Amino acid sequence: MRSDVLIIGAGGAGLVAAINAHTQGAKVKVITKEYPTRSQTCMAQGGINAALGNASQDSVQAHIENTLMSARGIANEDAVRLLCESAPEAVEWLDSIGVCFSRTKDAKIAQRTLGGASAARACYAQDYTGLKILHTLYDRCNALGIEMLNERCLVNLVTKKPQKEDAYIGGATFLNIRSGEVETYEASSVIVATGGYSRIYDKHSTNSTSSTGDGLAAAIRAGARLSDMEFVQFHPTALKGSSILISESARGAGGYLLNSKGERFTNELAPRDEVARAIDMEIQKGENVFLDIRHLGEEFINSELPQERKLAKLYENIDPVYDLIPIKPVAHYTMGGIEVDEDSSTKIKGLYAVGECANHRVHGANRLGGNSLLELVVFGRQAGVNAAKYAKIFDKTIDTDEQTQSDKNLVEEVKKFTNQIDFYEKRAFIGNIFYNNAGISRNDRDLKEALCQIHQIQKELPLMGPKDKTKAYNTNLVEFIEFSNMLELCEIVIVCAINRSESRGAHYRSDIPEQNDVDYKAHTITYKEANLLYADFVE
Amino acid sequence: MRIKIARYVSEASTVKKNIEYDVDLEDATLLELLNEIKTKQDPTLSYSSGCRSSICGSCSMRVNGREVLACAYKVKDGDFVEPMKNSAVIRDLVVDMDRAYEFNAKAKAWQSSIAKTMSLSQESMKINELQSDCILCGSCYSVCPVYAVNEEFLGPFALTRIWRYVSDKREEEPKEKIDTIQTNGVWDCTLCNECTLVCPQGISSKADIEKLRMRSVASGYSDPSFATSFGSSFDGSPSF
Repeated sequence: MRSDVLIIGAGGAGLVAAINAHTQGAKVKVITKEYPTRSQTCMAQGGINAALGNASQDSVQAHIENTLMSARGIANEDAVRLLCESAPEAVEWLDSIGVCFSRTKDAKIAQRTLGGASAARACYAQDYTGLKILHTLYDRCNALGIEMLNERCLVNLVTKKPQKEDAYIGGATFLNIRSGEVETYEASSVIVATGGYSRIYDKHSTNSTSSTGDGLAAAIRAGARLSDMEFVQFHPTALKGSSILISESARGAGGYLLNSKGERFTNELAPRDEVARAIDMEIQKGENVFLDIRHLGEEFINSELPQERKLAKLYENIDPVYDLIPIKPVAHYTMGGIEVDEDSSTKIKGLYAVGECANHRVHGANRLGGNSLLELVVFGRQAGVNAAKYAKIFDKTIDTDEQTQSDKNLVEEVKKFTNQIDFYEKRAFIGNIFYNNAGISRNDRDLKEALCQIHQIQKELPLMGPKDKTKAYNTNLVEFIEFSNMLELCEIVIVCAINRSESRGAHYRSDIPEQNDVDYKAHTITYKEANLLYADFVE
Repeated sequence: MRIKIARYVSEASTVKKNIEYDVDLEDATLLELLNEIKTKQDPTLSYSSGCRSSICGSCSMRVNGREVLACAYKVKDGDFVEPMKNSAVIRDLVVDMDRAYEFNAKAKAWQSSIAKTMSLSQESMKINELQSDCILCGSCYSVCPVYAVNEEFLGPFALTRIWRYVSDKREEEPKEKIDTIQTNGVWDCTLCNECTLVCPQGISSKADIEKLRMRSVASGYSDPSFATSFGSSFDGSPSF
């Protein structure tokens, strides 16, 4: 059955888009590979930025300036302005649908300081900000009767390219994880809201195991463009052994970073790229690095950082009230994404993208903490409204037969792959080589070495495949599809990182530590033609 | 360490069976152990997981008959791992949560209208701070004994969600919410408190249901089972 607007992904971005497309009168269908409340958004802890000035003097202009400063010259100022100007209204809307934000003594939404911010700007709900926003959005979708289909993994986007005209979208194909069947959903417009690709770093990432960049890989295969893919944010403080996130709010509240000698070595509240590099340099010197929040006191830790205490006890066997927390920086957020214009529209007509999978050019080379939850509300609304409007005037034919058949064949073929090489081993191997060669600090030689490895693994893909041949709920197959998507993106990330012969924000080249605005104050654009990868710089 | 896992595939000719695995891991979470089995020993083992940090609610299952989050449970030698109850098993440790989650919609677990004011005191916020910590892992739903007698019971997490909205100062029509939970709702709970004991977030749906009962009484409702027995003694028929 055809819908007006098909939304792929049910995290914050997807659900905000769904609510807004529905409000425009569109028939909306949301499809997720998990369940809506299990999406990556639930892991966001720190907060959502808005210059409300509830906790300290603040202004929209300061929010804009902080965001641009952190972006290192490659954010779009108009987009940043829209983001920051819309922020107070976005938070007001979340509050109006029932999000349980923490409060100040005078009954306003509580705010705290995150890195790179000149004021206490992040509205929060203890350290459960993402969880409470996501669940309230889910409840809102239920209130509106929005159809949500669970446990269906995106395979491909369906497009049509009439002669002498631009390509347009007509739906998408999915693997129904439960039944093992390929299903096709037709729609006049499609919004990709599938999240980021941090899991290319495998265990060196704070992200859910679902952040495998499926939407980005499908988008570039369908003819859309990806941009700024080399920019990956490393969160300074993840638990050393498990890569579990310890929120920036721990430092915002006054937590220190210490080396083995017990010395502080950096400004804890600098933007994330700077702090991550400072920690990495200590680690390279052979130091262990710790987060110290003992001086904040048990009462404060229990009320403001309850998750952190629980997770540190579970994974590191230490209690942050009494002990130092061993940490390391790991991949946390991917600034790169599907290239969209000021209307959240991609190069393919009727195809929109929003959230971490999209690049609205608001984060540039380094995202500020608290801006990603904001982005999904502001641009989720824009994408939802625009996709609904496009669907209203859509008058073209949709023919999904060819793509459906091709993807059915694909799933069958993949199951016949020979399994001489274990893809789980390769997944872990890529994670390590990415962390070491394409991580916090990169150089030309290491990147090229990693690229050779990726090309080799791409060649070997038919020698891998799922060992499990069962139809029903085959997670081995799903993980192989995710692995293939990540492998496709790995090549792109490295090619972009090699091409950008400078250091900027999260992309730090130890062989070229200077920022070079003459040649590289530009966005990296990648696309595929006849299965060949192209990369250019555009202003 | 050796653990036993209940395996099940819904496809024809496959029977339910328990399989034992030997894994060389110490001081690990159950999820880390399952990942070890899946990537090194048996890629057919099926389970759900996501965040690894007890916030996405994907990896709830039962160990030795008790609901846990696999990512928050330190696994021990001899543990027996099974899927959750009260939901259809799709495969191995994966259950179909669609029906369970539909109770959120059936209970109308949402704020009935868009609120206007942004002023909410710290005290007002604290009222439902804990309830809004719910991660919908479904542990309470799995342990709830009421489903053995009433499949339409709205259930612990949906009723906690109702209390979360009913108690919220921004809710303008709390009475409507109370109306919705009279049938298959607050009065069907046995107050056994099992839901409280398994909740990874420390939420007590039983306590929330008691608060909703008080609100119901204040709105003029009463326990229907009590009303029936009371009423039946009036018309002279024997009352037991």
